Amino acid sequence: MNFDPRFAGRSFTSVGTRPIRPDGVDKVTGRARYGADFNMAGQLVGRVLRSPHAHAKIRKIDTSKAEQLPGVKAVITAADLPDLTDGDAGMYDILDNCMARTKALYDGHAVAAVAAVDARTARQALKLIEVDYELLPHVTDVDEAMKHSAPLVNDAIFTEGLEQKPVKPSNVAKRSQFGHGDVHQGFGQADFVVERSFKTEQTHQGYIEPHACVASVSSDGTADLWVCTQGHFVYRQHCAQLLGLEASKLRVTSSEIGGGFGGKTHVWAEPVALALSRKAGRPVKLVMTRDEVFRASGPTSATSIDVKIGARKDGTITAAEATLRYTSGPYAGMWAELGAMTAFACYKLDNVKTVGYEVLVNRPKTAAYRAPSAPMAAFAVESAVDELAKQIGIDPVEFRIKNAAQEGTRSSYGPVYGPIGIGPTLEAAKNHPHMKAPLKENQGRGMACGFWFNFGGQTCTDLNIGMDGSVSLAVGTVDVGGSRASLSLVAAEELGIDYSHVKAIVADTSSLGYNDMTDGSRGTFSSSMATISAARNAIRVLRERAAQMWDVPVDDVHWEQGHAIARGEKYGNLSPLSLKEIAAQSGKTGGPIAGHSELVADGAGVSFATHICDIEVDPETGATRVIRYTVVQDAGKAVHPTYVEGQYQGGAAQGIGWALNEEYIYGKDGRLQNPGFLDYRIPVCSDLPMIDTQILEIPNPNHPYGVRGVGETSIVPPLAAIANAVSNAAGVRMTHIPMSPPRILAAIEAEREG
Amino acid sequence: MAGVAVSTTINGDNVEYLCQPDETLLDVLRDRLGLTGAKEGCGTGDCGACSIILDDRLVCSCLVLGAEAEGRRVETVEGMAHGDTLHPLQQKFLEHAALQCGICTPGFLIAAKDLLAKNPDPSEEEIRFGLAGNLCRCTGYDKIVRAVQDAANVMKGA
Repeated sequence: MNFDPRFAGRSFTSVGTRPIRPDGVDKVTGRARYGADFNMAGQLVGRVLRSPHAHAKIRKIDTSKAEQLPGVKAVITAADLPDLTDGDAGMYDILDNCMARTKALYDGHAVAAVAAVDARTARQALKLIEVDYELLPHVTDVDEAMKHSAPLVNDAIFTEGLEQKPVKPSNVAKRSQFGHGDVHQGFGQADFVVERSFKTEQTHQGYIEPHACVASVSSDGTADLWVCTQGHFVYRQHCAQLLGLEASKLRVTSSEIGGGFGGKTHVWAEPVALALSRKAGRPVKLVMTRDEVFRASGPTSATSIDVKIGARKDGTITAAEATLRYTSGPYAGMWAELGAMTAFACYKLDNVKTVGYEVLVNRPKTAAYRAPSAPMAAFAVESAVDELAKQIGIDPVEFRIKNAAQEGTRSSYGPVYGPIGIGPTLEAAKNHPHMKAPLKENQGRGMACGFWFNFGGQTCTDLNIGMDGSVSLAVGTVDVGGSRASLSLVAAEELGIDYSHVKAIVADTSSLGYNDMTDGSRGTFSSSMATISAARNAIRVLRERAAQMWDVPVDDVHWEQGHAIARGEKYGNLSPLSLKEIAAQSGKTGGPIAGHSELVADGAGVSFATHICDIEVDPETGATRVIRYTVVQDAGKAVHPTYVEGQYQGGAAQGIGWALNEEYIYGKDGRLQNPGFLDYRIPVCSDLPMIDTQILEIPNPNHPYGVRGVGETSIVPPLAAIANAVSNAAGVRMTHIPMSPPRILAAIEAEREG
Repeated sequence: MAGVAVSTTINGDNVEYLCQPDETLLDVLRDRLGLTGAKEGCGTGDCGACSIILDDRLVCSCLVLGAEAEGRRVETVEGMAHGDTLHPLQQKFLEHAALQCGICTPGFLIAAKDLLAKNPDPSEEEIRFGLAGNLCRCTGYDKIVRAVQDAANVMKGA
């Protein structure tokens, strides 16, 4: 039966309520099992040796002494992970990032690994591995790396996206361009033009659970992998390809995941753990230290962005242009491209042009971080928008409302928008009590907008109805923040039963068809679509079984509120059959009742948010305090509103940390100076106020319930909203994130000195 | 290296174990005793995910040696509920959705239990500073603070 994903206005019984999550009790009692909480018989401890150098040729690795240490069961280098990537450049980069092959490309790059009987032996073994490095010049700064004089990071990279194919390798992996109209002409029509350059420093997702896995390879070519990941099916594909296994023989089970935010979308040590297990003939547990997480997982880009926006006296933007340079680590990425696509997505523009440059540096390979690349672009654009509003003499909210994209607007990155929420979030922000609250001395208010695409993707779901009428829902999207609750609500809604009778689990890769990762805010969006489809398929079976029990044509049997109903005057005396009654007879009417669904969840509705914040700046020290924070965001339909609020609050808090504190600090030697939570300081409880949320619901026309993804957009506006607030409080435009006390103080002092 | 014999009390039960002199109490709990409720987020005392109560004092178990538990009382998240009745903090964390991924939750519950034992009627600011040693990256702390406030009210009434 074809599934119709279109939005149908309807009332809800379960969706929109706030029940306790199904995995909750295990998580408050310590029973939930995360990556490092799983063990196997005979398990060894794996550890990784990492390059202390930012850039070095690996001349030779001598592992003989380590191999002779009692208790060491396997030592591996790149030689134990032969290149099976068959010309796939992306997979080769993943392989090289897992274990350096010829060059160490950043401080923390893996060069060898051991498996030993205990952690102490493994640590001792690492010290016995001798690596002969030839140091090479390095570069870690985005602007420095683009200079012709910069050391070349990766000589296999030639700039993509140029009209003429380059003959020399470059630190610019790709140039991408978006836009429409004629910006030159547009700036000619402007009465006011703001042009500024901005920088943002590299940050880490900062999930509290370090990467962890247990790998077990058997001599018969089968393997098991237990791992904290946002996408166990993708991990299976990558690991199987890199290890030369058949995908179906590698069973990957996703553990409970202790935060990901995009950082657990790529393999790093899983292929290493599998290779160690294969060599040792025993299971291997590999857990990153926090130091390794910072140095060698995938943080976000550092950026350098130039923005130019022009407007007429009446407040109409006539042209907008941006050049965006994003670090991607030592391998090619798509980060500047995403920044260039999102930069002006909130606005209706006749003339717009953005150019992105992917810049290679000797830093760890950039990974996705919650709405990847959008926060930095929004920081630059929304700062310039605020400044332009000031120049024109128009209220910054009114200025944004006047230029906001609408249904039918051609977006700056190409597609034409359907129904969208930017205007409504701005109107809601304008009318929010926060906007009218008085400010004290040294306090400033800022606001900003944000956009994220959202993603759908491949999704597969099984819904099984037990003979007692309870429902098992098996999904393939990892639950990163409560999606088992929201998907159980959706199953209950569609079937017409109570939430308490549904139990959702995340199935392993051998139990369900392929699913894309939980990324792009797709967990609840796409798996709810697949759940609705699976439930409708199960309802079709339930109707058939009821028809059989009644001996009536199935077309006369309808499904309403959890019951089969025979419709028609001739059936007046037939009492409705409940799901439970039909399930109880299933053994006699054709066997188990189930609904399956596999689909590509197209039509993820784009998402917009507007944030307001008040910041107090101490003019003597540059220290800041967040006084008040409000998030307004469109959810399409909030399936479990409490967890939607949680996504809004969590994204805002991460954005606050990014805006005010967090940054990777590299020394002149190219080594990371602050690979720990003491020196890389994420917000703690006493740093933040309550974070107020307002959920708007502008239905996504491409989802039966109108759902849009909600996870990522909340991190897009904070950098800009806080920068605008700090700029208003301190009386000086802030252009460098994070706005740490020394940077704010320097800006205030520079302004005083004129 | 010779193991150290330790006799201690964990969640009210007498427990004996052998550990290495340089082994942390966190590693003993997780790897020797199977009590994996306490988590290792950093190993340096910065994140609070391994919080336990040692003789009425809130500590990071990654900064305590297993040998130091000799003759002392250890409380972990596994000991918070009574049978199948959750502790009010556990119940309120569920009701307020004060967890998303849940990795920091055992540490927060232990830290909040210690806070309310010492200050049964904390202000919002006292809660925020009382829990400032525990990192959460998912929630922005809003719902955690509200859950603790609500639990404090319930526990006062009890």
